[in-house]
Formats: sequence, C-alpha cells, structure tokens
Amino acid sequence: MPNTSPANLPLIGLLRSASGRFALLFTAMFAAAATAAAVVLWWNTAGALDRQTDAAIRADATALVERQRDAGLTGLVAAIEDRLALDVQNESLYLLLAPDRRVLAGNLAVWPGEADVDAPWIRMPLLRDGTESEARMLRVELAGQHRLLVGRDVAEKLRLRGLLSEGIAWAASSSAAIALLGAWLLRRSLERRLMPVYGTAAAIGAGDLSRRVPLSDRQDEFDRLGMTMNAMLDRIAQLMEGVRGVSDAIAHDLRTPIARARAKLEEALGDAADEEALRAAVEQGIADLDGIARVFKAVLRIAEVEAGARRAAFAPVDMVPTLADAADLYGAAAEAREQVLAVDLPEALNLVGDRDLLLQAVANLLDNALKFTPDGGRVALSARVLDGVVEIAVADSGPGLAPDDRARAGERFFRADTSRNTPGSGLGLSLVRAVVALHRGDVVLEDTVRGREPPGLTVRLRLPSG
Amino acid sequence: MRILLVEDDAEVARFVKKGLQEAGHTVEHAPNGRDGLFMAASESFDVLVLDRMLPGGVDGVRLVETLRGQGNRTPVLFLSALNAVDERVKGLKAGGDDYLTKPFAFAELLARVEALGRRPAAEVPTTRLKVADLELDLLSRTVTRGGRKVDVQPREFRLLEHLMRHAGQVVTRTMLLEKVWDYHFDPQTNVIDVHVSRLRHKLDKGFDKPLIHTVRNAGYMIRAEA
Repeated sequence: MPNTSPANLPLIGLLRSASGRFALLFTAMFAAAATAAAVVLWWNTAGALDRQTDAAIRADATALVERQRDAGLTGLVAAIEDRLALDVQNESLYLLLAPDRRVLAGNLAVWPGEADVDAPWIRMPLLRDGTESEARMLRVELAGQHRLLVGRDVAEKLRLRGLLSEGIAWAASSSAAIALLGAWLLRRSLERRLMPVYGTAAAIGAGDLSRRVPLSDRQDEFDRLGMTMNAMLDRIAQLMEGVRGVSDAIAHDLRTPIARARAKLEEALGDAADEEALRAAVEQGIADLDGIARVFKAVLRIAEVEAGARRAAFAPVDMVPTLADAADLYGAAAEAREQVLAVDLPEALNLVGDRDLLLQAVANLLDNALKFTPDGGRVALSARVLDGVVEIAVADSGPGLAPDDRARAGERFFRADTSRNTPGSGLGLSLVRAVVALHRGDVVLEDTVRGREPPGLTVRLRLPSG
Repeated sequence: MRILLVEDDAEVARFVKKGLQEAGHTVEHAPNGRDGLFMAASESFDVLVLDRMLPGGVDGVRLVETLRGQGNRTPVLFLSALNAVDERVKGLKAGGDDYLTKPFAFAELLARVEALGRRPAAEVPTTRLKVADLELDLLSRTVTRGGRKVDVQPREFRLLEHLMRHAGQVVTRTMLLEKVWDYHFDPQTNVIDVHVSRLRHKLDKGFDKPLIHTVRNAGYMIRAEA
C-alpha cells in the first residue's frame, strides 16, 4: 500500500478512502438539496417582489391613461402631482413629456436615454439624493404624442436581494464545512470498525490461521461481515484439517503396504529360484499396487465428499429402489455364506441427496456387516421415516464394537483390535460418516441386542428428509 | 480394429499401444491434443482412446466436443488421472462413451475398447439372443438352455443379457457393476463373482459344457466352445 501520509493531505486522503468518497457523495447531495432550497426561496421572495412592483406600476399607468382620457392633459398633470404629494415613502417616479420634449409633470429631471428603446419596460440606474439606486419604469405613449414614464424606486428590493444572497452564501459554506467534517468523522468511524478485520486478514495472510475477527455486540453490518469471515475461516481451517488428515493417513498407512510390496519385489529379484517364482512375485506386486491404488482412491473420495462440493449435485431421490439394489448386490454374497440378509423397507423414502454416494455408503455398511457376521448369521437392512428423518439401519450379528471404539470408528484407517484379521482398509465407515455429514445427518452406532454375547453392531444413518 | 491413442505420457502410451497391437489391433499414436484432433478428424478410426488432460491447448474434452460438433460419432474412451465424480460426468457429457481412471489394468482397458469398437452402429432391435444352446428371449424375459427353461431372477437376466450382447468378448467386473447395477465405485469385495457363479451354476446344471468362462485377471466371457 502506498503510504502518502493522508494526515497531511486530508482531502486527498478522503478521496482515496471508500468511506471518504461516500461521505463526499453525501456532501454533494446535501449541497444540491441546499441549492434547490435557495432557488425556491429566491423565487418566492425576490421574484415575488419584482412581480408585485410590475403589477403596481401597470395598474398605476392604466389609471393615469384613463385619467387623461377622462380629464385631458391638465387632469393627468394634476393626478401625477397628487400622487407625488401623497407618496410618503418617496418611491414613485413619474415623468410626463410634451411632444416637444418639455417636462409637463413628474419628479424626474430629464427623460432617460434608456427609455428610447422599443420595449416598454425599462430598468435603469438612478441617482437620488446622492445615493445610487435602481428604477423600474413603464413607458406609455399617450394621445397627442405625449409620453409618460411610470416607475418605482426598487432600492428596498435590492437591499433584500443582497441580504438573501449573503445568507445563502453563508448557509452554503457552513453546510459544506459541516459536511466535510461529517465525511471525516464517518471515515474515521468506518476505519475504526474495519481495522480489526484488516488486522485479522493480515494475520491470516501471514500464516496465523487461528486468528478470528473480534465481534462487538452491536449485531450490525460490520459484525455480520466479521461473522461471515469467521465462518469462512472455520470452514477453511476444517478443510485444511482434512487435507492434513489425508496426508497424515497417506504417510502412515500407505507407506506400510508400499514398503511391503517393495520388499517382496526386491526379494523376488534377488532370490527367485525360477521364472515361475519371479512371475508369481510380479503378479503379487501388481495386486499389492492395485490395493494401494484402491486405498488411495478411497482416501481421495472421502476428501472429495468432505469438501462438500458435491452438495451442488443434490437431487430428490427415493431411496427404496437404491436400497433394494444394494441388498440385491450383496444378497448373493450373503447367500454364499449361508447368511440371511433380511430387508425391511417402507413404500417410499424421499430425500434430497446424491444417490451414488448414499448407495456407496449403504454398500459399505452392508459389506462391513456381512464381513463381520459369522457364516450362517443374520444381517438386516431396514429403513423408516420418523418425524421428517429418514433412518436407514444395518444390523449385524457380529462381534459388535466396544463403546470406546465406537467413537473412533469412522476415523480414517481406524480398525478395532478385534478386526485386525478381517480384510479391509478401515476406510469404509469414514466414507459413510463423510457422506452422512454431507447430507447434514448423523451416524449412530449401537449394540444390535444389548447384553447378548456377541452383541452385534447396528449402524443407523439418520438423514433429514426433504 | 483401428484405434487412435492420444496420450502424452510416453511410457503409458508405449504400454497401451503394445498391448492393443498384441491383441490384434492397429494403433496410431498422437502425443498431444492438436495432432490427435487432426488425425481423428482426417482419418477413420473404430475407437479413440483419449487422455483427459493433454498438452498443446486441446485437452481430451475439447477434442471430443470438436469432433462431435463436426458430426463424428467415433466411440471415445477417456483415460484420466482425475478421479472426482464430476470429472467423469464432464467427460461423458462432452460426448465420451466410457471413462477409465488411472491407474488401470490393461485387461480392463482392452475389454472396454473392444466393447466400444464392436458396439453395433445403430441399435438393431433384437428380441432373441443366442449363444450355443442358450437362448434369451427379451420379450418374454425367459432363458432356455437346450430347450429347457432356466429360472433366473430379474437381475440375473440383465447380467446374462449383458454378457450375451458381448458374447466372445471379455466383460470385466467393473463393467458389469456399471452396466448391470449402475454402480460407479469399487465395492472392494467379490460381490460380482458371487452373482456370476450363481448364474453359472444355474445355467450349467445338467450340462457338461460350461458357457460362462472366467478370464484370469480380467473378467468373464460367454462363448460357445470350451
């Protein structure tokens, strides 16, 4: 960030910051509103005075014209002199001119040059009693080439206009000053609220992922921003944890089978008695590699599910045919070991989710259940809907799981001590947990029949329907 | 069959090319997408085997989209190191016909390539499939062997139908899982073997010639002679 100390150049500093620009925008709008108010004020006061003066002059002129028509020129001269005598405020201006430019009546000394233009209305400077003023006049052509000027001294109006202009200027400059101050205050308070967010983001950027945005208890926009950022950071931390889990798992649990495969191949290379033995060792090596690839794929699948990206592909599914398919697929395997695979499904199990992932989860459960149930044992797949929750249960009659192990079941590569001799990677239930978590459900492990020996294991997947 | 292999990894390309040639196919190889697109557009092939990610600006998906845009319907098998489900869907949406994830067994690749290449150009509606004395009636959904009716469950019927449509070809376990059960993951156990052996047991009972053969390290094949 360029560090051109904004304290020295407050206005440029204001323009550089978003909050400053907001504030200046409001200043501009405020100024526009004030100008509009001044214009209206002007129109209603100074403008109204102008119009009033013009109306009075016109009425006066009309009256004088009628007077001349009724009483002749002498009547008119008398009327003008009457009016001048009655005008205490000394505002009225008259001048009656004979055709030979002789002044017949009025208080103006000479016929002003401005009165010789075409337009009847005249505005002209006036010098009366040594003070400059302004006059508004109407020229009237009378019968017999006589000409009459009727007008008003508008000094009072000018004074009012001056006062108004001065007032508006003062108001405008003080409102601009107040608005600038407001802009500065707004900017400072915005900055003060955003500073913790900058600080947290900078710390995270520098590698301290444990930092979170401190929240005030105002529950305003800034707190909402902070909360959103914190939720995002939690999610990132969780994903990082997942990635770390995957790399740990790969480091710990793939090294062993790789080492084993490598050792076998190396041994065969050195010691194989004949081609047959070498061939067998290579085949075994390929099988080992396939096994490693399979575990790798499962780990990546779990990571993919945990990342949650697949939620975008959720669609409404009826789980009944899916479960029936899974039971069908594993039914033959159960039959081959004389196990009973009992299936109890309702009419329909509607939920919104990913059919392939749910199928894989149930398949993993059935696979586990059949694996751990002795020959001739019983495995039950059942499902029901309870209070908006779809519950899918797989119950086996195997050795069950000690309560301590239940909590750990589902950790990657975790295998209970009792299952060490059963083939498997210890990833099946991890995937189940990940899939169920993706569907915002939970997994419950319990004894199939409490108190019996062996108790068997029942895994219940509880998924929100709809 | 004449096959175009577009694969940038020299070792994988050599291995696949050699294997396909040993299986009796003619293989042309292009090391990048641009050359691959040029060859695929200018020559005639039975199957295209494409790496999903290719150097040279034209990746597998772009290549297929371009070909399909030109009306070229040659079957395409994608090879990919991308395992994510979305990637598979993306490949098939672009116009791919099948998708195989690396690492793969060569037998799996060969079986899929041959299944794609021998697919009838236009789906001729057949009502009966026949291999030796085994007959499958697709209308009445019945199976008879040597004139004697064999009772099979619906799923076994579909399994047998798939094998018979590819009579004389190797069908791998994953192909059966995908085509018969619509499973797109590895169930890690021998569930398919159990189904096949049960079906085999039903078909061969009372006959001395087995029809469904296990192909070591690959899968299954149904054919007339032993």
